[in-house]
Amino acid sequence: MAGQSGTGTSATRRLGILVILMLATLALCGLWFSAEDVVQGSTVRIMYIHVPSIWTAYIAFGLTALCSGVYLSGKNRSLSWDRVAGAAGEIGVLFVAVSLVTGSMWGRLTWGTYWVWDARLTSTAFLFITYVGYLAVRQLGGTHRQRARRSSVLALLAILEIPLVHFSVTLWRSLHQEASVANPNAKVELDGLMLFSLFLGLVAFTMLFVWLVLHRQRAMMLEDAFSDRGLDVAITARRNEAGA
Amino acid sequence: MEHASFIFGSWGITAVSVGAYAIWVLRRGRELAKHATREEMPWT
Repeated sequence: MAGQSGTGTSATRRLGILVILMLATLALCGLWFSAEDVVQGSTVRIMYIHVPSIWTAYIAFGLTALCSGVYLSGKNRSLSWDRVAGAAGEIGVLFVAVSLVTGSMWGRLTWGTYWVWDARLTSTAFLFITYVGYLAVRQLGGTHRQRARRSSVLALLAILEIPLVHFSVTLWRSLHQEASVANPNAKVELDGLMLFSLFLGLVAFTMLFVWLVLHRQRAMMLEDAFSDRGLDVAITARRNEAGA
Repeated sequence: MEHASFIFGSWGITAVSVGAYAIWVLRRGRELAKHATREEMPWT
């Protein structure tokens, strides 16, 4: 047996420490040092986690689709692609949930309500439900290859929702604001530390995502290995029974 | 700070949920690794 080193390596440990330091800096800048917004006031501080959360979810679901596409393309049928897709999908669901919760708290302060059936909010909730479904499909029975094939197809369909969510604010009349900082046509002047906090949040959450994917896909590799081992034991037992 | 309960609440929910998931992932990996062979852990 390999011992108790777990799914970590020296590289993931270094990355983990870096992520913790970056998140601590983000908390200090986002909650204390950065200025309040002239329009939103102190509620802008929720944006430093809300925006990076949905950004991370987009990256996660993008990676899920990319790995699923590579697996289905047939050029490389390694189950590692499927496991990375599954790990990214799981983490993406977590970050969409965080985005929905933090967004509704911001909405309560800004719009006076936690929830409205607005195009952006509704499409994001639909995205969340779709990927919960993706995770449920991964848990259905069958071989690892069957799991990989069916979940890859679903991932390639589900990714089509991302542009729908992102452009929902321009496609339909929406209460949710349009892109501001990333929009070159929007004349938004942002204080240096506010911009730094937002950018730091995006980088820190992306690195946190990488760290989580590395650990989770390794744990999934072990789950698959144990599942195979259990199957081998069962087949051997049946052969022994048949031979007896 | 105005609306401190909402602001710290949203940060707290994020920290707790992501932190809990990260701890679960690490503990799950450690638990599985106890019973794994070297061949099953190519990253070691």
